[in-house]
Amino acid sequence: MVFQGFGPLLLAGTWETIKLAVLSLGAAFLLGLAGAAAKLSPNRVLSRVGTMYTTLIRAVPDLVLMLLLFYSIQIWLNDATDMMGMDQIDIDPFVAGVITLGFIYGAYFTETFRGAFLAVPRGQIEAGFAYGMSSTRVFTRILFPQMMRFALPGIGNNWQVLVKATALVSIIGLADVVKAAQDAGKATQAFFFFTLVTGAIYLAITTVSNLALHRLEKRYSTGVRRAAL
Amino acid sequence: MIELLRQYWPNYLYSDGFNTSGLAITLWLLVVSIVAGFLMAVPLAIARASRNPWLSRPVWVYTYVFRGTPLYVQLLLVYTGIYSLHFVHSNAVLGDFFRSAMNCTLLAFALNECAYATEIFAGAIRETSYGEIEAAQAYGMSKTKVYTRIILPSALRRALPSYSNEVILMLHATTLAFTATVPDILKVARDANSATYMTFQAYGIAAALYASIVFALIWAFRRVETRMLAYLKPQGH
Repeated sequence: MVFQGFGPLLLAGTWETIKLAVLSLGAAFLLGLAGAAAKLSPNRVLSRVGTMYTTLIRAVPDLVLMLLLFYSIQIWLNDATDMMGMDQIDIDPFVAGVITLGFIYGAYFTETFRGAFLAVPRGQIEAGFAYGMSSTRVFTRILFPQMMRFALPGIGNNWQVLVKATALVSIIGLADVVKAAQDAGKATQAFFFFTLVTGAIYLAITTVSNLALHRLEKRYSTGVRRAAL
Repeated sequence: MIELLRQYWPNYLYSDGFNTSGLAITLWLLVVSIVAGFLMAVPLAIARASRNPWLSRPVWVYTYVFRGTPLYVQLLLVYTGIYSLHFVHSNAVLGDFFRSAMNCTLLAFALNECAYATEIFAGAIRETSYGEIEAAQAYGMSKTKVYTRIILPSALRRALPSYSNEVILMLHATTLAFTATVPDILKVARDANSATYMTFQAYGIAAALYASIVFALIWAFRRVETRMLAYLKPQGH
């Protein structure tokens, strides 16, 4: 067979990569919404904290942050449990990976959402309040659906970057597709072939997500008029 | 923390001429990949924006593949993959080139950077307003002259904001070099970490160094932008 018995390992690695990417996307998405809310809030402390978060995280390379946070989270947790006299809690490396990636890309999502929220016309929000909607309702019915249209291109970009960033988790020891391919390469001495296969898998993921994003963009642009050229 | 700094600051920053510091290696990686990427990206961007599909399609395939796969995978392919091929390590010239970690890293970085820069420049070339090009043609300029005098000077300027972003992302990407045993800032931080177990401090110093390079780059690009893009600013009367 082409994969010399390493097919199942590669498949498991691919599944791990996809899981990691999707869960980190969810974490980063929520953190991005919270971050954008903080940065846009009239409370100065909150907006300062938001600005510091996005500036610092985006200035430092993701790999450095990953090594820093991935190991530090466990050390901090050990210190905390020591102080409280509890037993050591071992964080699952996968969970640590999701937290780390979510925290890093949350900063990029914050900027995307902040720009998108600002792009929604003020009158829309005021009209919502004038109809007597509560602020949660204004958010879920007016602000969020319109914001998503402006945010989608940015979200798509961030997602593509995030998928590619998951390749770095093999450096901190997670069994993703890159790790699987390296193991297969070591065993068979066919490094070139197995690395090419990894590249092809990533290319397939990005191609599929491109198509999905295109459809989502269509969905969120219903009712937008464009001049016919 | 102080101990760590006292012991390791030469490795992070200083260079005595024999052992290069992490900072010097990181900057070298950045400069070479940016310059090589730029030089290859300009002609490729012209081809990518061309209306001839025989020119633009191959370039599209190149940028699609290199932008669609992680740089880490590309680096692994160049560093461990290519050298493991029989005809490479048995060939004197190729074997020599691909045995060096630095060569492999620079090759992977430059190819990756070039793919992103090509798309940025091609986008700017396509956005050149048709009036400018028609005016140049009306003056009887040849095709080459239209490119060198009209399209490229204006497109490269307009690409500056996205290009400066790309340069910063390239700096972030240079951190991958340590996986190929190139001794950049992150490699020093890793060594300091494994020797002292002060994880947060060791990587924190690296993070601070990278952040200062980023802020310096942002400052420099902002200055270049205000100079080069002055003519696009809204004018007050």
